[in-house]
Amino acid sequence: MTDDRDVLRDVWFGRIPTCFTLSQDEITEREAEPYYLLLPRVSYLMLVTDKAKKHFQKVMRQEDVGEMWFEYEGVPLKWHYPIGLLFDLHASNTALPWNIIVHFKNFPESELLHCLTKDAVEAHFMSCIKEADALKHKSQVINEMQKKDHKQLWMGLQNDKFDQFWAINRKLMEYPTEEGGFRYIPFRIYQPLNERPFIQKLFRPISSEGHPHNLGDLLKEMFPAAVTPEDMEKQYQVVIHGIEPMLETPVQWLSEHLSYPDNFLHISIIPLPRD
Amino acid sequence: MPSSLLWAVDVHGRVYSLSTAGQYWELCKDESLQFKRLAAVKQCCWGIACDHQIYVYVHSSEVPIHYQEETYENQRWNPVDGFSDRLLPSDRWQWSDVTGLIHQPLNEFKLASPQWEWESDWYVDENIGGEPTEKGGWTYAIDFPATYTKDKRWNSCVRRRRWIRYRRYNACDMWAKIPLQETGPLPDPFNDIAVGGWEITDEPLGHLSVWAVTVQGKVFYRENINDQNPEGSIWTEIQTPGEVVQITCGPGDLLCAVLWEGQLIVRDGINRENPKGSSWKIVEPPNSENGLVQVSVGVNVLWAITRDRRRGRNPRLNGNALCPPFCMNFALVSFKCTSSEVWFRRGVCSENPVGTGWICMNIEMVMVNVGLNDQVWGIGYEDRNIYFRHGVTPTEYSGKAWKIIVASREHDRASRTGSATSLASAGCFFGDEVRLPSQVSISSEVDFSSEMDKLAKKTENILETIGERASCPHASGDGDGDVASSPDIEKKCADVANVFETIPLMGASSEKWVQPVAEPSVSQAPYLTDQGGPLQDGAELIIAHSISNTMSSDPAETSSVSSVGTYPFGIEEHYVSDERPLWAWLSGGGCEVEAHTQLNWFTAQSGQPFSQLSFSMPISCTQQTVWRKQIIHQLTERSKRELEDFKHYEQAVEQSVWIKKGAMQWWRDGKPYKWIDVRVALEQFTGNDGKRDGIFFIYYTFNDEKKYLHVFSNEITILVPIANETKHSFAIYTPERTKQRWPIRLATTTEQEMYDWLAVLSLACCDSRDLHGPPSNQALWSVTCKGDIFVSEPTPNLEAAQHPLPSDQLYWRQIGGHLRIIESNSQGIVWGIGYDHTAWVYTGGYGGGFFQGLASSTDNIYTQADVMCVYIYENQRWNPVTGYSSRGLPTDRYMWSDASGLQECTKAHTKPPPQWTWVSDWYIDFNAPGGTDREGWQYAADFPASYHGYKTIKDFVRRRRWARKCKIVTTGPWFEVGPVALRDISLIPCVSQKADDASALWAISSKGDVLCRLGITKQNALGLSWLHIGTDQPFASVSIGGYYQVWAIARDGAAFYRGSVSPQNPTGDCWYHIPPPSKQKLIQVSVGQTSVYTVDENGNLWFRQGISPSYPQGSCWQHVSTNVRKVSVGPLDQVWIVADKVQGSHSLSCGTVCHRMGVQPREPIGSGWDYGIGGGWDHITIRANSMETSHNPVSMASDNAPMNLPNQDGTVGDNSRGNLIVSEQQELNGHAVNC
Repeated sequence: MTDDRDVLRDVWFGRIPTCFTLSQDEITEREAEPYYLLLPRVSYLMLVTDKAKKHFQKVMRQEDVGEMWFEYEGVPLKWHYPIGLLFDLHASNTALPWNIIVHFKNFPESELLHCLTKDAVEAHFMSCIKEADALKHKSQVINEMQKKDHKQLWMGLQNDKFDQFWAINRKLMEYPTEEGGFRYIPFRIYQPLNERPFIQKLFRPISSEGHPHNLGDLLKEMFPAAVTPEDMEKQYQVVIHGIEPMLETPVQWLSEHLSYPDNFLHISIIPLPRD
Repeated sequence: MPSSLLWAVDVHGRVYSLSTAGQYWELCKDESLQFKRLAAVKQCCWGIACDHQIYVYVHSSEVPIHYQEETYENQRWNPVDGFSDRLLPSDRWQWSDVTGLIHQPLNEFKLASPQWEWESDWYVDENIGGEPTEKGGWTYAIDFPATYTKDKRWNSCVRRRRWIRYRRYNACDMWAKIPLQETGPLPDPFNDIAVGGWEITDEPLGHLSVWAVTVQGKVFYRENINDQNPEGSIWTEIQTPGEVVQITCGPGDLLCAVLWEGQLIVRDGINRENPKGSSWKIVEPPNSENGLVQVSVGVNVLWAITRDRRRGRNPRLNGNALCPPFCMNFALVSFKCTSSEVWFRRGVCSENPVGTGWICMNIEMVMVNVGLNDQVWGIGYEDRNIYFRHGVTPTEYSGKAWKIIVASREHDRASRTGSATSLASAGCFFGDEVRLPSQVSISSEVDFSSEMDKLAKKTENILETIGERASCPHASGDGDGDVASSPDIEKKCADVANVFETIPLMGASSEKWVQPVAEPSVSQAPYLTDQGGPLQDGAELIIAHSISNTMSSDPAETSSVSSVGTYPFGIEEHYVSDERPLWAWLSGGGCEVEAHTQLNWFTAQSGQPFSQLSFSMPISCTQQTVWRKQIIHQLTERSKRELEDFKHYEQAVEQSVWIKKGAMQWWRDGKPYKWIDVRVALEQFTGNDGKRDGIFFIYYTFNDEKKYLHVFSNEITILVPIANETKHSFAIYTPERTKQRWPIRLATTTEQEMYDWLAVLSLACCDSRDLHGPPSNQALWSVTCKGDIFVSEPTPNLEAAQHPLPSDQLYWRQIGGHLRIIESNSQGIVWGIGYDHTAWVYTGGYGGGFFQGLASSTDNIYTQADVMCVYIYENQRWNPVTGYSSRGLPTDRYMWSDASGLQECTKAHTKPPPQWTWVSDWYIDFNAPGGTDREGWQYAADFPASYHGYKTIKDFVRRRRWARKCKIVTTGPWFEVGPVALRDISLIPCVSQKADDASALWAISSKGDVLCRLGITKQNALGLSWLHIGTDQPFASVSIGGYYQVWAIARDGAAFYRGSVSPQNPTGDCWYHIPPPSKQKLIQVSVGQTSVYTVDENGNLWFRQGISPSYPQGSCWQHVSTNVRKVSVGPLDQVWIVADKVQGSHSLSCGTVCHRMGVQPREPIGSGWDYGIGGGWDHITIRANSMETSHNPVSMASDNAPMNLPNQDGTVGDNSRGNLIVSEQQELNGHAVNC
């Protein structure tokens, strides 16, 4: 018997085997071995790469160490996207482990935000949660929480403590039963190699006729091309947490169970290679 | 809580009811009559129709109302004829009642009214005190009146037998006219009616006091109304000090009436013995020139309406003014002169029915009515709306504010074909019109709507900006979004607030609103979501309702700002006032509303009714939809893909040891036994295999030496909260501690701390045993004597013939809720019964109660309430001077004590258990076991002794039991079955696993009726309906075993076997009377696959011998054990009991779960007991565990031999889970011991 709790658990404990390699451009004193880690899908790069950073700094001179940043196949990886999203967006359908290049210089100012300490990640994470709650509950839930609850959310994510995080996060997932769902679903739709960062609009979990909206309804409105007509060949994969949920899945359920810890449903739309 | 009804009559005399779960007034099913007055209680509604006759509307119930008529046939022996109906002249009648004094031949029994019909013909009862009689049913005695026996002796000179016939009430769900009286004083046409008094006595069951007032002002009482006789028998006139205009009756002993002259009269001396009371007391109205015209009482309140202050009028008009079918026009005109102030009487209660003083409520109403829980409704004087008094609680009986019920009528909805706009405007009309002349209100609405348009635009803009903000969250670039975003949005919302604020101010200027406008608070919540503002604050009301209008165009989004913009506001002007119901009378006497009840009455609704939802249990999450299965499958695949080959990779985030520390008190293991302060710490860590483990340390000091005690979390078998008022403590058991009957006992300073620790420890135990999610279908369930619910996963070797798992090693985890009895079967269907006899069905969830977050499922946890009694004893000793008095001997017990006499328990100082609150006052309990006299006393020669309910010359002491009801409100995976109250249930233990096959469930109602539940399947554990199975006497216990063998125990202690029960014939055909073991009264039965076990009232356990397919009744009872409270026999014929007392190595335990060892097909009685968890256990069911022992685990799934017997489908247990657990558990235990 599988409970929806198990879905939360599976989502939380998703890991991506990653191989960090130091960029060829970096000057090293001796050769840098690649470094292997299991990265939590729901976390952020800057939170989980301390070990890799230490590993590479051992072979570098102190003065050559600038701000660390990551690159995958020429694309600088945005640290403020959850790891799972970065992987789904840029590296799904490739062989594992995920090969990430580590840089300590030539920071791509135009493409990445600076992240000097983990406080920046925390600030970004909390602002996402707040934005999500503004959409879901007009910020009522997050505003009623105490400072320590906010801290617990962050610490739960940072220390990979599922219980600690969900003890608080479940409050953000509640809604009045008579309304049948959140006010709006916090979601973002991403495409690889697109100028626009992502699509985000107001979308209600329940239609004006009172039916629950499903993933298909959402896509039809936001990204019609992703919904394959019956007689057509599938052009896009719609990926959340490395899986492709059926288009019949209610968005409310998705929002409650497949949102990232920042309370957003990050949906990647990957074009299928034409053969 | 099941829904209940508020009844009302409109000015056309049409009767409507409004469900607490509903949103629409529904027209009474029986529309044939117009009514002017109603008086409702839960089970029925009495009314006076326009013909001035009284009618009763009895709600149909799944147990039919039937009445047992009985008469006795008496005979005397004479040498010539033997026994014959020729009696001596001094003898009783040949046909008589039980006393012999009343002549009642069979053919003179007539049906009381056309509402009744005979169920069967007369037949002879062949049962005396649980023993079957000879054929013919004769019982013998030396003479009349004497003790009758079933055996004929040489000196048996007389004999008698009992004839029985049932009649059935056939007029449920319709207005049945109370027949005109043929004898006695014939009452005039009636003018008012009141129903109540069900709390005065429960003897007979369902007693009601019905009082009526005639047009001439006389008061009548209806005799003999109870569950079996809903219409009562005759009217008895009650003398009054003057002519009465109106009468009211509370649930308890409050009864008041209003005299023509305007005084209030209060009935005195109503009690259990005399429900009619003895005398009247007069209470003066609030001021002498304005007398009372209408009054209503509850348990502790009295509300009244006075005559119009300004004009004064002839009170005789009142009756007609509220009698619309006759004088519709006149009534409308006379509204003005019936204007009436509402008054609340302070200090009214059972002891002081007169109260202390009047409080004016400053509102004018036509009438007020008090319902259950002292809730109050009224009908507005000018608008004829129904108002509900909001905020009435036991601490504030006068409540807080009046709220208008704006629910619309069902047929309105139908005729408008669900037009949202018109309904919405109706809601607005009700909301805005309060106390405003209509012209002015329209003019204000014009302004109002134009203003609302502006507002709508404004809010739209604001929303847009919020949306913009949402779509470009990284505008600030530095990631510090929360500083930038929140104040921004807050400011916008504050703008919305300002817009709202301006409207009522405008309104206030055009009207003469006295109330100042409340300042909107900083948080957005109140004015955006509150839809039913209290009446006092007119400003707030207008906001609330104008929003609710707009909301109603979108039923799913009742609290959104954005829809404001899309709604056309001018529509109010098209409103036709004809569509609004004008109310004339209402009755809330059957309407159960409590402080926490959610009502949907105060907002106008559109579209589909949602109320239906609350009646059916939502489908549990176990019913997987395709997309959900797909997601779970994909996640598993993902984990395989991304993790399987990379397990050797380092984790990016290290899992550290996690420690929770605290301070507690510990009950020392050794002498001196006392509570000492300790430090505790729970250390949890994740092993290399990813499994969580934990150790719980208790650090203490002994002789200045620091010591500690530790328990591994995988060693703990149960955590038991021990709630009592002095200490917040809990017990930790391990197998070793269970053997000792000496758990680790710890206490925390606060209750919250205790539950926090219990939740944390419980999670740690479950983690270390890898127990997550809901219990399996095979789970064992048990209930403690505190009503706490525990569940345990059985292992395949639990019932092994060789080396079964010792029962003290079972791990029990707690499930939220409060129950007395719990029963289950291997399909995963679980039913429970609360202390208040409410039946509950398991929803498939877990957690609830103090379990929060991950230890609990969310979508199938419901609120559960239970009510129980706390008892204390008043003790007295006889002395020659004063007789019985509270002056005892110095050696005597406390004069107010607990049952044992060891603890002093006074009325003032006795507290309800933690988490429980009082819901009644102390009252004398006349149902104390052993019987009582008329004042509730029980007598004995000395303390402590056995008590009897009558006084003899040898009795020097007496006691009586006082009871007080208390209530708990908690949560758990339980859904209320309703409405029949139950005392026992049984589910067929083993059935086929096909999901759509029905599971048989039998039950005994709290009244002793035998019931069979239809339509229970795996998918619908709630089932569909009850079927009533006739019996000649009340029953106490029932059990259905394999092959649909149904056994039951009657209240007289006899056993019965039900013949021919099968899936095709779920109710069987007849009862076979099976005498109990000699001189024993049986109290409980449990039937396994073939074994039948019973328990008698002296704690003996009996096995029924000689049962075979051809002779299912068996041949005789075999004694198995003493010291047994309850037995549960399972689908493998395994036998588990709750034992009365078990001696452990350190201490004695009462109420201990025990497992019968050595039970085998050839030896169904077994050989000895293995002792499990306890004491303090009250109930266990192992009837779901059909998990067979197997030496070959691979064949487990198919190995279900005993279930594959003829005409019985096999059971495939959910074995895999159990299997897993046992291997882990043993491994871990071994590990623990080695450490």
